[in-house]
Amino acid sequence: MDGFFELFAEYAPLFLEASWVTLRLTAAALLMAMVGGALVSALAMSRVRILKWIATVYIGIVRGTPLITQIFIIYFGLAYIITLPAFWAGALALAFHNSAYIAEIIRSGFQAVPKGLVEAARSLGMSRAKTLKRVQAPLALRTTLPVLGNQYIIAVKDSSLVSFIGMTELFQTSRNMAASTYQPLTAYIVVAVYYLVIVLALTALVSWLEHRLSAHRRPAAA
Amino acid sequence: MSDNATHPPVGEEVIVHMENIVKRFGRTTVLDGIDLDVHQGEVVTLIGPSGAGKSTLLRCVNGLERISDGRIEVDGQRLSYSEADINRLRAHIGMVFQQFNLFPHMTVMENIMVAQREVLGRSADEARERGETLLERVGLAHKAKAYPGNLSGGQQQRVAIARALAMDPTVMLFDEPTSALDPELVGEVLDVMRTLADEGMTMMVVTHEMRFARNVADRIVLLADGGIAEQGPPEQVLDSPSSERGRTFLEELLNH
Repeated sequence: MDGFFELFAEYAPLFLEASWVTLRLTAAALLMAMVGGALVSALAMSRVRILKWIATVYIGIVRGTPLITQIFIIYFGLAYIITLPAFWAGALALAFHNSAYIAEIIRSGFQAVPKGLVEAARSLGMSRAKTLKRVQAPLALRTTLPVLGNQYIIAVKDSSLVSFIGMTELFQTSRNMAASTYQPLTAYIVVAVYYLVIVLALTALVSWLEHRLSAHRRPAAA
Repeated sequence: MSDNATHPPVGEEVIVHMENIVKRFGRTTVLDGIDLDVHQGEVVTLIGPSGAGKSTLLRCVNGLERISDGRIEVDGQRLSYSEADINRLRAHIGMVFQQFNLFPHMTVMENIMVAQREVLGRSADEARERGETLLERVGLAHKAKAYPGNLSGGQQQRVAIARALAMDPTVMLFDEPTSALDPELVGEVLDVMRTLADEGMTMMVVTHEMRFARNVADRIVLLADGGIAEQGPPEQVLDSPSSERGRTFLEELLNH
């Protein structure tokens, strides 16, 4: 552990650059995963049995196989059809993986909205779409936000697996550092610090959003 | 006994027409061929033992329950379940629920404004003005900015009534509006309902409040075993029921 802080400072530019890659990678993946997850949850909540079944199978497969396997399958498998840059192959694999979990989170959020509130909206003449927009979605968002935040945190950390298809993101950078300094412990502690900072920032962001959306749960100001 | 004289005479016009209403849940027949007309300005209370289908019948009027057979007309329009038709119809059928069902993420005023804006297309100013008038009427003008979670049950139910009234309904449906309330909060909700009746609102009320039924209703309909066991003016139904089913129900009610 000689010169931890010297090494930390020396490698800071590389790690900052890699942090940026990790953030972009995770953000791209989560954006796609939210869209995909919303779609899959819509299938899961559909009244059409075949659509429900498709969602069940999709979620089953994604949750039943390791992320690293999915990354390799998408990276090497897609190579037969289209050559994707490692960034997009990685983002796609992370999106695929997270979409299944996010689908389940969204579904549980919608199912937690009391049926009576939907009936109240419909009894006022609001269409299905307007009820979804004004009542179900806002309430589902409020209940799912903490759980979604949790999933985002997992996604940030899981993005480290993309290093195995050659992406120079945070974790790969620490592996490079370990190899060139012969100080693996230092390298992995350094990278742990970067992940921790990112995760703490994300946690703070989610808490702030939660607070903003929970005005109705606070006692009235006198 | 009855002070029905305080509210305007019942009109000729039929507001809710129900003809041979059948409702089945799976193999169970809950409503078995019910005919019921409610006239302009009339207050009809539906009473009867639990499981008699009172709430189900009420929920059929605005299509929250789909009838298995029969015909319903509200304000001369036949109830159809196509999305556009039913939304147009529901916009003018007010409904008040046992559990209030206020939108918890909206303030009291937002609760009252949302459907006015989304369904009737009123401007924000118009909707707010209407909301203020109605909140004034139910005695909650000072709670416009509160969230439902910070109100008592009685206050929530009064807001729910105001929310329904904001749509200028031709008929108001009340589904056990006081059953979820602490006893000391029942009165404030019944007072609002009585005022509405006095102003000539057409109302269908499922309730266990016999005093309300007696004093405010023009007609009591006693449902039992999927049919109408008895109906008529309050004194007739409550004091000298002609059916065996009616007698047993009222006896049980009095013995508790």
